[in-house]
Order: sequence, then structure tokens, then C-alpha cells
Amino acid sequence: MNARTVLVLLDTPATELRSPALEILTLARGLGRVEAVALEAPSLETLAQLGTYGVEHVRQAELALDDPEQRHRPPVVAAALARAVEVAGADVVLLTSSFVTKEVAAHLAHATGAGLVVDAVGVTATDDGHVVGAKTAFAGTWETECEVTTDVAVLTVRANAVVPAPAGTTVETQVAGFPVEPDAAATAVRTRSRAVHPTTGGRPDLAEAATVVAGGRGTDGDFGPVLDLADALGAAVGASRDAVFEGWFDEFVGQTGVSVAPRLYIGAGISGAPHHRGGMQSSQVVVAVNNDPECPLFEISDFAVVGDLADVLPQAAAAIRAHRQDGA
Amino acid sequence: MRIVVAVKYVPDIQSERGFADGRVERVPDDGTLNELDENALEAALSLVEALGEEERAASEVVALTVGGPDAAAAVRKAFQLGVDRGVLVSDDAIAGSDYAGTAAVLAAAVRRLEQDGPVDLVLAGMAALDGLGSVVPSFVAAELGRPHLAFADRLEVDAAAGTARATCDVGHVSEELEAPLPAVVSVSDHINQPRFPNFRLIMAARGKPVEQWSLADVGLDPSRVGEAGARTRTVRAEPRPERPEAEVVVDKGDGGTALAEFLIRNELV
Ligand SMILES: Cc1cc2nc3c(=O)[nH]c(=O)nc-3n(C[C@H](O)[C@H](O)[C@H](O)COP(=O)(O)OP(=O)(O)OC[C@H]3O[C@@H](n4cnc5c(N)ncnc54)[C@H](O)[C@@H]3O)c2cc1C
Repeated sequence: MNARTVLVLLDTPATELRSPALEILTLARGLGRVEAVALEAPSLETLAQLGTYGVEHVRQAELALDDPEQRHRPPVVAAALARAVEVAGADVVLLTSSFVTKEVAAHLAHATGAGLVVDAVGVTATDDGHVVGAKTAFAGTWETECEVTTDVAVLTVRANAVVPAPAGTTVETQVAGFPVEPDAAATAVRTRSRAVHPTTGGRPDLAEAATVVAGGRGTDGDFGPVLDLADALGAAVGASRDAVFEGWFDEFVGQTGVSVAPRLYIGAGISGAPHHRGGMQSSQVVVAVNNDPECPLFEISDFAVVGDLADVLPQAAAAIRAHRQDGA
Repeated sequence: MRIVVAVKYVPDIQSERGFADGRVERVPDDGTLNELDENALEAALSLVEALGEEERAASEVVALTVGGPDAAAAVRKAFQLGVDRGVLVSDDAIAGSDYAGTAAVLAAAVRRLEQDGPVDLVLAGMAALDGLGSVVPSFVAAELGRPHLAFADRLEVDAAAGTARATCDVGHVSEELEAPLPAVVSVSDHINQPRFPNFRLIMAARGKPVEQWSLADVGLDPSRVGEAGARTRTVRAEPRPERPEAEVVVDKGDGGTALAEFLIRNELV
């Protein structure tokens, strides 16, 4: 087997690595020798995490930029990765999957001539050395495999593709800088303002969570029962697009919102329109609560309760809390 | 102002969708204009409608698509919304193109359109509801060497100053971005409420021809597109096994408890 070099872009090196980054580090290890790329100095926590995941080298981009805000621009990140591919002689670049990283991946693939697979749910290699990304299509009703035929492969990988697993042995992680000079085209867009909104209520991030509870029009504007069940489960909260457009919640699940593939998805007062399903149908276990026995979400559910969510969710939350207490 | 809107012909989201020979199966008459492209068409039309009379008369909105002969239907739908001109780039050599190949064709067609005058903006929807890659606009921007504003929730164009400003809300980040024209902008589904075709426009659309261009017409080497140019290929495509039927509980006062028991039984708590 040839010794592949796999670069992993770290989303949040300055704080600590979150599950999606640890997941791609886990996948990367199955493909070859792993190096990490960061656009900011990694924190001590990040370095410790990288050590347990067996990563010896972090390449930290030293960006020549007039405006430091530019470091967030996808073409700038792509320029750093393209340079890292060159200096590391890398064969594969793995990124987490979000609208932003997909834009980065597209610019990177364009700059390096690499083949690109986005939203992979698995990454493997063929006997003759090509990298293959597994994907789901058409609202999770199809599975496909996409082989990259070029020397360099770029893939974005969806959250919850694998369970993160540290390497057998912990290593010492070194950071080495490399200079990057993004060209004029990469910095043509000016950032006039930029604001980051953390998730509300200290709940897990919707895109990354292992459990998601989502509420729709059936909540009639009262997300209390949805939040109650989510908190009993330690879950992230989402909504349908209609519920967001009504102003009842801030993030929706679906093809044009956040794509989720958690271990458990619970949809309450959500009919299960194709657009909504497209963003959650890859979930491992689907539970629906709806007062309409004909609701389409039941068709793709493992467990369904026909009933009023205002009764069902608080009762479930209380039963789960009681169970937790017994267990403790 | 000249605006090119890149649109895609996709299988209807309500239809039975699938793959044949590693490609999205195109069932005649089951296709439609990608819904999210309607937001881009709406954005283009309303930008032009906001101009003064003289500028407006000198403006043009062009719908551009790449696909098989069926894809002309997407351009015709764009005519019904009010675009001035429609182009379909279709060529046997294009079949099997990946993101980069598709973007190369779109970019070449934009350059060809520029033979009749500069194109200030290329607009696109945030995703195509079949592939959901959301990466073609970035590739088009890179291919044209133009700045890209992605997933705009608001878009303002100042033709005199030569700038486009967008508000973009992606993930947990809100940004206000500014790009010099010419630029590429993809718009989110929050940006506007697309208009419905009216009778007058539907009648007018009938008379408008869909211009058909080949690869040679846009001056693109066939080796860059289709299977020949693709850097990825689909090696397997299979329908997923259907989920077994759901266990259904009708709430008679203990539905929540039953739900909790299901989760506990399956170690999901
Ligand atoms: C281009 C485009 C993109 C879209 N993208 C998305 C997307 O990404 N995500 C998304 O979610 N939507 C999306 N939509 C909208 C989508 O088509 C649906 O309109 C939307 O998902 C419906 O939301 P809902 O299920 O909350 O509402 P409804 O369809 O109105 O369903 C409400 C459900 O609640 C049930 N209900 C009512 N009262 C109760 C009660 N007391 N207890 C229990 N159940 C109750 C009803 O039986 C019903 O099934 C998109 C639409 C378009 C056109």
C-alpha cells in the first residue's frame, strides 16, 4: 500500500475540536498518514486532542492579509489548503461539511484540479488507490459511491459519519508554520461586518448533535414542549422551515436549512414534506409525534405516536428524567 | 445592467427519483425548474425593475442552463417569470460532467454572452434540489475569476459604484459582504418570495425562442467536460432498503411514556 498523506482542516483550532473534526480525523487515519491544517494557532486542548488522535504535525497557515477578517473568506482558506497540499505532498484533503466548508472545498478543487465529493457519509479507498466517498441521495432514499479519479481528492464529510475514536497510542504534536499569500482574486470580497451567534441555551449544535428534537407548525408557536424533551435528552433543537418563517425558532432542518444525520431524530408537529425529509432522512432512528395518523413523516419513522405533542412530549420528558434518576 | 441567472432542470421533488448508469435518471415530463432557482430569477428581475427607465431599457436578464434537450423546459419556465432571453447549452459530450465540468460550461457560456456586452452579475440558487451540492456557483466564480457572494439573504447592487453588497447568514455567522462587479452571487431561499407567472407573461413566453448552443458555440474543448473531463465518477448507486413499518402508538394518555420506553429499550437515552 502506498503511504497516502491526508490533510484534515481543523474548524475550531483556537478553542477545542468538536465531534465532526474528530470524526474526520478518525476517517483520515484509515486512509494514510494524517496531518492537520489550521488557520489559527491551536490551543493546548486542541493539541492534546490531536495527540490522542495520533496526529504528529499541524501546519499553521501564516496568512499575508491586509484585513485579518479576510481569514474567514472561503477562497482564502482554500488558498491556504492548496499551499498545504503542495508543501505536504498531500493526496487527500478532508473537511467537515457545511455551506462554508463546501465553498472552501470547491475553491480548493478548482485551484488544485482535484476531484471533489461533498457531503460524504463515509470515505474508503479502492485496491488501486483511488479514494471513494459514500453518499446518500434523494432524501436518503439512495446510496451512492463516488470515486475520485485524480491524484488529489477533496472531500467534505457530514457530521455523525463515524463515531470518533482516538488512536491506540498518543503522540507528541508539533506545530509548524507555512506562509500563504492569497492572490487578489481570493481577497476581492470585503467583509463589512461579521457576527457569530452561539447556539442558544447551551444546547448541542444542531448540525453536529447525536440527538435532535424538531418542532413544526403543530407547536402552534409554543416550543416549550420541544425544548423540554430536548433538554431531558441532551438534544439539539431544530424546527421546520415554516416554524422558522413564523419566527418561532431560529434554525430549521431540511434541504435548504441544516442537514442532520443524528442517531435519533424526533419530529413533533412536523408533517414531513419532501424538503424537510431531505435534510433528516439519513437519521438512524426516526420518531414522529403528530395528531394526524396520515402524516407523511410516519412513513419514514421507526416509532410514531398519534397524539397532541403538547401532551406527549412533556410526559416523555418526565419519564426520561425519571429513568435517568433511577439509573444514577 | 446585464444579469445571467444559472438555472437547473431537476426531477420533481414529488416524483419517484433515482439513478440509472450512475447518473440521475431523467424521466421526460417529470422534470421542472429547480425551485431554489426561482429565488435567483426573482432577485434578478427585481434588481432590473428597480432601475430608472433608461437603464431598465438597456438591461437584460438571461436564463442560462446546461443539460439535455428536456432542460429547455427550465428556460421556458424562466420566460414565464419574465426573463428576456434564454440559453440552453446542450451537447452529447456534456453528459456525465461533474461539478467542475458543469461550471466550465456555464462559465464558457457567460463569456460567449459577453461578446454582446459585459455581464455584471451571474446569479444562482443556493442548491439544486437533486444533487444538493451547492458548489457549482463557487466553481463558476473561480472559473471566471470573479468574486463570489454565497447564500445571500439580501442583495443590493450599486451599478454606478460598481459594487454588490450582500447579507449572508450561514451556520452561526452573519456577514455583510461587498464585492466589486462583475460578481457571482448565489441567493438563499430567504431572499424573496418568487413571483407567479401571470397570463400576460405566459403568452409572451410562448413567442420567445430558447437559444441552443453546443460546446463548439461556447468555445469549450470537449475534453474538459463530460466523462472525459470528470474527476469523479459514480461507481455505485442503489436504492436504500425501505424502513420497516413504524411501530405506531395512539395516545390514550400514555403516549409519552410509550415514547420514552421505546427510546430506553433502544438505548437512545
Ligand atoms: C424551495 C423550498 C425549500 C424548502 N426547504 C425546506 C426545508 O429545508 N425544511 C423544511 O422544514 N421545510 C422546507 N420547505 C417547506 C416545506 O415544503 C413544508 O412547507 C414545511 O416543511 C412544512 O412545515 P411543517 O411540517 O411544520 O408544517 P405542516 O406541513 O403544516 O405540518 C404541521 C403538522 O403538525 C401536525 N399537528 C398540528 N397540530 C398538532 C398537535 N397539536 N400535535 C401534534 N401534531 C400536530 C399536523 O398534523 C401536521 O402534520 C421548503 C419549501 C420550498 C418551496
